[in-house]
Amino acid sequence: MSQFFAMGGYAFYVWVSFAVFFIVLLVDALAPLVRRRRNLRELRARMARSDARRRPGSNA
Amino acid sequence: MANWVPLWLHKLGSPPIFYRFAGVVRPWALALAILAALAALYGGLVLAPADYQQGDAYRIIFIHVPSAWMSLFIYGAMAVAAFVGLVWRIKIAEVVAMESAPIGAAFTFITLVTGSLWGKPMWGTWWTWDARLTSELVLLFLYLGVIGLYHSFEDRRQGARAASFLALIGIVNVPIVHFSVNWWNTLHQGSTVRILGPSHIEMSMLWPLLTMMLATKLYYIASLFARVRADLIATESGKDWVRAIALAENGDRP
Repeated sequence: MSQFFAMGGYAFYVWVSFAVFFIVLLVDALAPLVRRRRNLRELRARMARSDARRRPGSNA
Repeated sequence: MANWVPLWLHKLGSPPIFYRFAGVVRPWALALAILAALAALYGGLVLAPADYQQGDAYRIIFIHVPSAWMSLFIYGAMAVAAFVGLVWRIKIAEVVAMESAPIGAAFTFITLVTGSLWGKPMWGTWWTWDARLTSELVLLFLYLGVIGLYHSFEDRRQGARAASFLALIGIVNVPIVHFSVNWWNTLHQGSTVRILGPSHIEMSMLWPLLTMMLATKLYYIASLFARVRADLIATESGKDWVRAIALAENGDRP
């Protein structure tokens, strides 16, 4: 097992490469999910504001 | 639109239909991408033997080469979508082109970094200004240029059109990257895997490489569709169908 992680002495180069690959793609995969939720939240806030303007007195 | 275009393709040009279609396809593409990547990792890191010259360092190939292929493939896909968007003014095509750019930039970045990490032990240098490396760096700058131009306009569609032009002009760099190892004397090795003719690689090393290529292709579909969905929510926020989604997915209120 430790032989596997040693990668014949190239452990640093091999594992950092694989880490970069997965970390970059993980960030790439999460970014649009976060963006979509944020956009929907902002849209809901805008809709609530315009609703409140249309019906003064209600605290929607 | 011309009547030779099939109806389903025509329908996919509609933002709400594409949004739903992307939402259905995305989890499947992502799941298959992860499965393929796990199989490729097992094959590449465990089953495949060490290289007779490079030892275990060669295993970087299993992410470096698929990423490099994707950096070119995504540029091609982006340019085709940009062309369709510019000529036929199809909004979805513009969005696909613009949202492909960050994914392409990610793969190009991975290619450059893993190449650097491979170059240090094998060539003795992190970086050299040779044709393959320099043209791949230019590819990264083209992606960043497309992303920057898209976001520098107040009007998103105007930005998409300007950035689409840049994407189309930049396509000249794609064959330069691909053929650089043949056209110039470079430190970078030539193609190992060939579509025409026999590949210069053992089967035990070839199948993890091709499986990872499949995984990255599927990942591109999943990431692209997530991005297109996020983009449509923002650009179509005035439309009823987006408002309905916003109300249906209300996570803020208890």
